[in-house]
Amino acid sequence: MTAEFDVAVVGGGLVGAALAWGIARAHQRVVVLDEGDIAHRASRANFALVWVQSKGLGMPDYAAWTKRSSDAWEDLAQQLKQNAGIDVAFSRPGGFTLALSEAELEARAHLLQRLHNQPNMVRYPYEMLDRAALLQRLPRIGPEVVGASYCPLDGQCNSLRLLYALHTGMRQLGAEYRAKHVVHAIDYQNGEFILRNTSAAVRAEKVVLAAGIGNARLAPMVGLRAPVRPQRGQIVVTERVERFLEHPLVTIRQTDEGTVMLGDSQEEAGLDESVGLGVTAAIASRAMRMFPLLGSLNIVRTWAGLRVMTQDGFPIYDESSSRPGAFLATCHSGVTLAAAHALVLAPMIAAGSLSADLDVFSARRFDVQTAA
Amino acid sequence: MFRRLPDAPVLTVSIAVDGLEVSARAGETVAAALLAAGFGAFRTTGVSGASRGPYCMMGVCFDCLVAIDGVGSRQACLVQVREGMRVETQRGRRPVGS
Repeated sequence: MTAEFDVAVVGGGLVGAALAWGIARAHQRVVVLDEGDIAHRASRANFALVWVQSKGLGMPDYAAWTKRSSDAWEDLAQQLKQNAGIDVAFSRPGGFTLALSEAELEARAHLLQRLHNQPNMVRYPYEMLDRAALLQRLPRIGPEVVGASYCPLDGQCNSLRLLYALHTGMRQLGAEYRAKHVVHAIDYQNGEFILRNTSAAVRAEKVVLAAGIGNARLAPMVGLRAPVRPQRGQIVVTERVERFLEHPLVTIRQTDEGTVMLGDSQEEAGLDESVGLGVTAAIASRAMRMFPLLGSLNIVRTWAGLRVMTQDGFPIYDESSSRPGAFLATCHSGVTLAAAHALVLAPMIAAGSLSADLDVFSARRFDVQTAA
Repeated sequence: MFRRLPDAPVLTVSIAVDGLEVSARAGETVAAALLAAGFGAFRTTGVSGASRGPYCMMGVCFDCLVAIDGVGSRQACLVQVREGMRVETQRGRRPVGS
């Protein structure tokens, strides 16, 4: 019996949607099985950076993969505009990470030096700026800012519109989307996968697990593993104001519609998505030291989201050896990596196997033998 | 469109709205004073430029935002009028201070 679908993607967040969109472009029959609105959705909580600087210390291949996605992002934005008719507000004006003390600036310089000194590190420009140099590019910084790192590759987008555009686009391309379809079991019979929930079964020749934190539960069903944990991040958002900041900062950015987003915390809090005054106050206080003008703005929203973290912080891309046709993708940078997922990874999955240069991202890297 | 209820006589205060003198009653909110003076739209939005005016009158909807004495995006329905108050309706996104 022929399967109903060529590919079933489990998860309709940014990772799943980017892959589904890219696979549908390769003329395969795609179904996306998603949870409902109450799912933990990093895709709706993120900071919307397309960020390169400082990524990849400990894994230069991740730095290269990130840069590759950043380089392909303009193409993705253009294709989404054509395919879905949605402008995802991508810009790549270069980004800053500000330092509020000499010690912070020194630590930042040291970190970037170690990152770029790694063997096989991909080459791209960055600069360390002292206060005088920074003032020429960001004249409204506060008196406590002593300098910054700058990378011309850093950018930003409207990530809610990105998710919407990928969903709209994938449907234009013929993909089917099924909400409230939590996958309980994945069977493998006669070379095809049967994905079951409580009431229905979907048959597909290939399966892609892109369910974020849910991948930890799903991976063993296809002979893989995904050791991921939730890491909470909180975000504070101001009212819409006239544009004063073109460049994204790692913790402050002004959106295309005028709000200013302030981030971000890294907290180990399990699945607790609550927002706390202590953390949001610390975020706001630090942001006001960077740009004192923020102090007069009204805060209109705060929220918390759950990043999907591996123990080393790098993505997992895998394909199953025991269940050929089963793939897994998981990361905490679904926005930055959207272009790599949609334009590079998706065609590999459509063609049936991951290329060897992605081996380094396999979860096999966590299989370290215990010393005798 | 809006008329005040015929209550007991009250003190009148004078405020300036977009430079025009408007008389208001002591104790009422800026939103009530503006509505009674015939202002429907208090602001335009920062994305589409659509007109907005008070909807809930109880601090929830944030559609009645105006600048009061130089401070932008204040909720007109939650601030009482004061003699000499300067109110400005808002156009689009609020400017940021220096």
